[in-house]
Amino acid sequence: MNYFELFALPVSFDIDTGDLKAKYLELQRHVHPDNFANATERERLLAVQKAAQINDGFDVLKHIDSRAQHILSINGIELAHETQTLKDPMFLMQQMELRETLEDIPSASDPEQALMDFQSEVDGYIKSINRLFSSLFQQADQVSFEKAGDEVRKLKFMLKLSQEAVALEDKLFDF
Amino acid sequence: MAYSEKLLDHYENPRNVGSFDKNDPTVATGMVGAPACGDVMKLQLKISDEGIIEDAKFKTYGCGSAIASSSLVTEWVKGKSLDEAGAISNRDISEELALPPVKIHCSILAEDAIKAAIEDYKAK
Repeated sequence: MNYFELFALPVSFDIDTGDLKAKYLELQRHVHPDNFANATERERLLAVQKAAQINDGFDVLKHIDSRAQHILSINGIELAHETQTLKDPMFLMQQMELRETLEDIPSASDPEQALMDFQSEVDGYIKSINRLFSSLFQQADQVSFEKAGDEVRKLKFMLKLSQEAVALEDKLFDF
Repeated sequence: MAYSEKLLDHYENPRNVGSFDKNDPTVATGMVGAPACGDVMKLQLKISDEGIIEDAKFKTYGCGSAIASSSLVTEWVKGKSLDEAGAISNRDISEELALPPVKIHCSILAEDAIKAAIEDYKAK
């Protein structure tokens, strides 16, 4: 399933998310149950399946990690179910340090500030991967795709850190 | 999902948590990460002149199965030679802890951490 095709968008990392949202709403309108009030059972079922597909596609294209992974998959590089471990020592060292920093935040003199600093540091890494995706996917050759694959793997660690930071924020400040 | 008693025990009372000085020439450090879930694992082995693993410590940021897998591994490798430790497979780990299929990658992570530590030692 090529979700770019489903949304009538060019296969590109740099899609306009406003455009995506508009296409999503338009597609969902077509398959809305109200339009199938007098339809056959089979047509209703197909519309429900289509609506689920549109939701899945929107989720995939909305987030940078899954969008990048989807472009790679369209180009024959499958990362979805890989169990291979990452062994880049420099990157992992940084991950360990970031995890340790996060772990120490509750005992910092100003945990709120420390957490904000941490989140902006992680956001900075995520943004720089995002920029890298832009240029790698424009080059669109095998070497760039392989590199983009490595960046998807790294991005997942960063997104996990970001999630952990949000969870800590909830725990510390009881939002 | 029901987790085995051994797994819960290692998760609730993890053995050998901590770090050695990575610059110590007798210490081997293996670091691995699982992109699927963002887990990171550091396994350190203290190795005697005779090539026997005298002590082991780990630090894992991840789910309960990843913590239990690394805790188990630190117990298993103690007293083993590097070759013996390198022969520990993810299957041994997942069988011992009765890991559910979706958590097999945690045992792969622990196996790869041992291998990465051995490589680090050989490089030193």
